[in-house]
Amino acid sequence: MPAVEREMCSARKTLRLICTTTPVQRKNAGASGPEKYTEAFIKKQIEEFNLGKRHLANMMGEDPETFTQEDIDRAIAYLFPSGLFDEQARPLMKHPNEVFPEQRKIQWGEDGRPFHFLFYTGKQSYYSLMHETYEKLLNVQKHQDQLMAQDIPLQKEKRNLAGSRWLTKIELEEMLVEKVSDDDYSRFIQLLQKLVALPCADIEDKYIQKFSKEVPVQLQKVVIEPLQYDERGVAFSTGEGKRKTASATAVVYDNGTGKITVNGIDILHYFPVLQDREQLLFPFQFLGRIGKHDAVCTVSGGGRSAQAGAIRLATAKALRSFVTEKEVEFMRQAGLLTVDPRVKERKKPGQEGPRRKFTWKKR
Amino acid sequence: MLRSLRGLVCHSLKLERGCALHTAHRDGLSSVSSPEKPRAVFHTSESDPAKHTEQHEGRLYNIPLEEVNAVFPHGLPHRFQQQIRTFNEARVMVRRPALELLGYLKGSNFRHPAVRYVIYGERGTGKTMTLCHVVHYCSRQGWLVLHIPDAHLWVKNCRELLQSSYNKDRLDQPLQASAWLKNFKASNERFLQEIKTQKKYMWGKRESTEEGRPLREVVEQGLARARSASDAVGVLLRELKLQSHRGSFRLLVAVDGVNALWGRTTLRKEDKSPVCPEELTLVHNLRKMLRNDWSGGAIVTTLSQTGSLFKPSSAYTPQQLLGKEGFDALDPFVPIPVPNYSPSEFESCYGYYLERKWLQHEKAHTEDGKAELQFLSGSNPRQLDRLAGPL
Repeated sequence: MPAVEREMCSARKTLRLICTTTPVQRKNAGASGPEKYTEAFIKKQIEEFNLGKRHLANMMGEDPETFTQEDIDRAIAYLFPSGLFDEQARPLMKHPNEVFPEQRKIQWGEDGRPFHFLFYTGKQSYYSLMHETYEKLLNVQKHQDQLMAQDIPLQKEKRNLAGSRWLTKIELEEMLVEKVSDDDYSRFIQLLQKLVALPCADIEDKYIQKFSKEVPVQLQKVVIEPLQYDERGVAFSTGEGKRKTASATAVVYDNGTGKITVNGIDILHYFPVLQDREQLLFPFQFLGRIGKHDAVCTVSGGGRSAQAGAIRLATAKALRSFVTEKEVEFMRQAGLLTVDPRVKERKKPGQEGPRRKFTWKKR
Repeated sequence: MLRSLRGLVCHSLKLERGCALHTAHRDGLSSVSSPEKPRAVFHTSESDPAKHTEQHEGRLYNIPLEEVNAVFPHGLPHRFQQQIRTFNEARVMVRRPALELLGYLKGSNFRHPAVRYVIYGERGTGKTMTLCHVVHYCSRQGWLVLHIPDAHLWVKNCRELLQSSYNKDRLDQPLQASAWLKNFKASNERFLQEIKTQKKYMWGKRESTEEGRPLREVVEQGLARARSASDAVGVLLRELKLQSHRGSFRLLVAVDGVNALWGRTTLRKEDKSPVCPEELTLVHNLRKMLRNDWSGGAIVTTLSQTGSLFKPSSAYTPQQLLGKEGFDALDPFVPIPVPNYSPSEFESCYGYYLERKWLQHEKAHTEDGKAELQFLSGSNPRQLDRLAGPL
């Protein structure tokens, strides 16, 4: 409300407006955080979603009872075809729990009184979690005391922690739907570890399992293809490689003289530059098999360096079949089997190139 | 960085396999302590090309330095000349194409018209060196050698072009002609004294050479008067051609880069129109020489892509480089292909570099280093030479 000051003068009445506070009082849109949804709002959204799902099923002529999310996606893609590249910009119809981010619903009732007793600590879910965990700890200690009083020997089975890990900080935040600081997280993990260290912690196993995760099974082992034999009885093996925009395939034959052919042309003519030939030499030299294999390669795309790099990767992959596992590990450590991820960086607007800015003019 | 890493990991692999490092070191020491043994394998003391046979194949023979200056005032490849100066000796490898050619020359009948041989091959495989080997043989045998080091020099980068006084349509090249005459004189002194002219030649209004004078005077006339140098060359060629069938001397015409004679030129006349090779006196006379209408000698030529004009770099066969015109003009000829080094030839070249301590890098002395050099150079002599340079 504009503040108006009336300067009461004996002779005349003048109004003088002091600067209006409207811009100050106008609610700054970003300050209060994302808008909070009430529970009732979410429930309504879910009802609408289900109704809409049944309507959609009827429209598509399918059975509304057995209409899955995949069917919904297909139906929407059919009814609203979009040429947009970004997947997230296309029309979608999903359950409201997936659409609306998990957030705190309003924590207090209509009278303004918060529901949770720890609301005013600021980190209500974290502290309530710590309380619960400590309660379990005390339970276990009481059980332990009871067993000791009855002179029953304590079982000292160590849980196998090798195949499991604790929740990460981010996962904990997701579970509690509130921010957890690093210190708080480390204190929680220490408490869990203390709980697990006690001999009778098996009672609370179910509770502990909520906070531990299985470490995923060992990384995909790359399968090395066995050697193949062509009609002359010579062993050979194929490999593929990519570098920047060049892609190459190489067929490496055994019992050779060290001749390498690229697209039907000898490497001496295809790669007049020494650097490219050195790149081709590297896998063979590393394994000490320079004059022992022949190779026939095809390559396309990219420039001369990229093609050389692609062929190098392809020959290294093909050579894996001829060589022991230990040497494959050596090759991997030397970087012969890794795809080079460097590609041309995109040019940004307002700059002349990916990194170079326009010439700076003082005036 | 890559190289150092490669070296490190190779070393670690080798250590696992049982210290090949030590064996390599030992090998290096032994080669230094007993230089006679490897020398015998790669070198041959036979310095007369006439006695070279297949058993000398792959070996290097020595040409005494005085002979080099006498026989090859021009004509050796530039890099080879540098190598002679560095090593203080001229060692040429005996290779199969050269042996083949020498065999043909030894067995040829000089009453028949001169046979034409065309040495061809990819870039840097040793065509010019083969030609030089043959020239050395012929000069040892006492032939008159007409060696044109590079015909490409006559069709490009000429500063002065004079209109020929002899024939109004043709153009003279005084600089090239006089340079060539000087070198020719240096290599064939005694012949120039013996051979006499058969006709009177007029050089302009006042000067002339009488009949029966030694050819030396023609050459000197050409050297003294640059204007008439090209005509002097023409006269020389004509005389030699006419007199070779008599049998008093054998004539070898050795032309390097013969495909220049039938290609295009980069020269232009004063009115900026391009010059055809026929319009150049030197080229015209040389073409007449290359026709096989004379006897008592042989014609050995080399194709060269390196100096050629307007030809793609992948062209190396006679058909591609000579073009239709050249091929028809040179037909029939004996083609002699020159390949890259065979494994034994590579070994001997590598051994020679090692022995002369040209390869200083410690890895170059190992077997792996040798395999690496072979791979990277593709057994091409020129690539090997360039690779070994910085090592």
